[in-house]
Amino acid sequence: MIEARELRKRFGRIDALHGVSFVAPDARITGLLGPNGAGKSTTLRILYATLAADSGTACVDGDVVSVANTGLRRRVGVLPHNAGLYPALTARENIEYFARLCGLDRAAARKRASALIELMDLQDIAARRAKGFSQGQKIRTALARALVHSPRNLILDEPTNGLDVPAVRKLRALLLRLREQGHCILFSSHVMQEVGMLCDEAVVIAAGRVVACGTPEALRQRTQAASFEDAFVALTGDTGQDA
Amino acid sequence: MGAAWSVFAKEFLENLRDRRTVMTALLLGPLFGPIFFSVMLQLSLDRSRVGADEIIQLPTINGAAAPNLLAYLQAQRIRTVPVEGDAAVARQLIARRTARLVLEIPAEYGAAIEAGRPAPLRLYADSSRTGDERYAMRLSAVLERYAQQIAMQRLTLRGVDPQLLAPVVVHRVDVSTPASRSLLVLGMMSFFMVLSMLTGGMYLAIDTTVGERERGTLEPLLATPAPRGQLVLGKMLATCAYMLLSLTLSTSALCIALGRIDLEQFGMSANLGPGTAVRIIAVMAPLIPLLAALMTLIAAWTRSAREAQAWLGILQLVPSVPLVFASLLNLAPRFALMPVPSLSQHFLVTQLLRAEPLDGLWLAASAGSTLLLGALLLVPVMRLYGSERVLG
Repeated sequence: MIEARELRKRFGRIDALHGVSFVAPDARITGLLGPNGAGKSTTLRILYATLAADSGTACVDGDVVSVANTGLRRRVGVLPHNAGLYPALTARENIEYFARLCGLDRAAARKRASALIELMDLQDIAARRAKGFSQGQKIRTALARALVHSPRNLILDEPTNGLDVPAVRKLRALLLRLREQGHCILFSSHVMQEVGMLCDEAVVIAAGRVVACGTPEALRQRTQAASFEDAFVALTGDTGQDA
Repeated sequence: MGAAWSVFAKEFLENLRDRRTVMTALLLGPLFGPIFFSVMLQLSLDRSRVGADEIIQLPTINGAAAPNLLAYLQAQRIRTVPVEGDAAVARQLIARRTARLVLEIPAEYGAAIEAGRPAPLRLYADSSRTGDERYAMRLSAVLERYAQQIAMQRLTLRGVDPQLLAPVVVHRVDVSTPASRSLLVLGMMSFFMVLSMLTGGMYLAIDTTVGERERGTLEPLLATPAPRGQLVLGKMLATCAYMLLSLTLSTSALCIALGRIDLEQFGMSANLGPGTAVRIIAVMAPLIPLLAALMTLIAAWTRSAREAQAWLGILQLVPSVPLVFASLLNLAPRFALMPVPSLSQHFLVTQLLRAEPLDGLWLAASAGSTLLLGALLLVPVMRLYGSERVLG
């Protein structure tokens, strides 16, 4: 379970977060939804402890997250923005490197990487360097890497970014399987259809504030919008059209 | 230590796969210097060797007027070539570079010699051509000896002891040894070594810090459970490893390249065996962690790889600062200077090249203070990696 309580963060003169609170429960896929610059990435970075909040607390499984709390990070797997793979390393090496950093010994890292390569359907690219990977291959490799220490919680920053429809479907199948295993999955996106398709619960964030949360269907009904996209526009107040 | 070791192995491997970087850092950097250096040395030695043995071609105007002089010059390996003409012709020959020197024997020369009056000779040369200077100097010396010979003959004929003309004789005693004479040149070796260490580690220092941030791989790395201190340590170890490789290569290359030049022939000798190379590397090695920490700190602090490159380019000059001061102030090696990084290594390497025994206490002071400074620099590096600032 991942929990944000009144998170606030300033970067110089810019207020990025004005008190963001929500809960992403276990065995659910929670989508953090918002336009560009709404504070999605900042929120996620605080939750996986590469940034510290100015005030408010971030909790994982009830424990407070902090940069120094390395033990807690064993329970969180992270897929960062744009995957963040090492281009000169192969898919397998990328996965094994993180397995080693998570404390697995050489043999265990190898075994775990093999299992993940099978799970993420990466057999044909396992021995290839990440440099030439397609976006979908990158995301699946990075997801395998995020799962290397079998974390209970998964944080994915824009996992669908740049994916084509088959790749999104593949990802969806993977996330659904992880949900069945009881994982807590929190991902961010600015593309409505994807959130509607992928998540059980949506947290809508705009200008550093949570403006709504609930199931995609509930949000649509609440705003009386015809589609989830219209609901999003109504909730964030950003029509994309200059008045 | 497990995480640090994993980071080290991964960074080492990743850099090795970047063939261009490896080429630049490990081949061009450490090998270009020694090769360039030894070629320059060989050339300058070749030039200074030209002298006593070489036969000088000397166009001579009106040579028939001074047969004795021509015979004397011939005996001194100066081959006179008769030329018709006057002063204008002499100037032209030099201006067109067909001759380095032209000797003109004026018409009144013969009469003056016979009468015992000062006989004029004109030697044309272009002093702005530095390469030709030594030819003019040699010819002048030969002519002076010829004049002295005539003077002595004249004094003897008149019953005067020629020794009266030499009331004082100065004998210069050169106490330099072959090894110390070569020092001027070999003193630059420590500078080359520091430079090659810096180039060897620079790419990795940038790539593992600001480069990793720019590629977006730093974020997931910092999100792993591995302690950040270990991550930094692993990165710096990889930088250190490449610096050590570069140092080893450049030292070996220098020792081999300079060993091929026959330094003894020019009155120099250098202590360049494999044993010396190993000792030099051992003396220089404590600089590696210090420079690696410095490069990592600067690179991690900058906002982009380009900025880091600019800063580290400037950093390459820093280790030469103590050397410049030492040579300007004419500092002699002494114990009080041993705690100064770069300078102490320079002194110690120089001593090794001179085949002088090293003082254990000096070695300890040099290595100890350099390593201590490196350890102190770890503090701001670790602090930077513990903060959000490292993510840019």
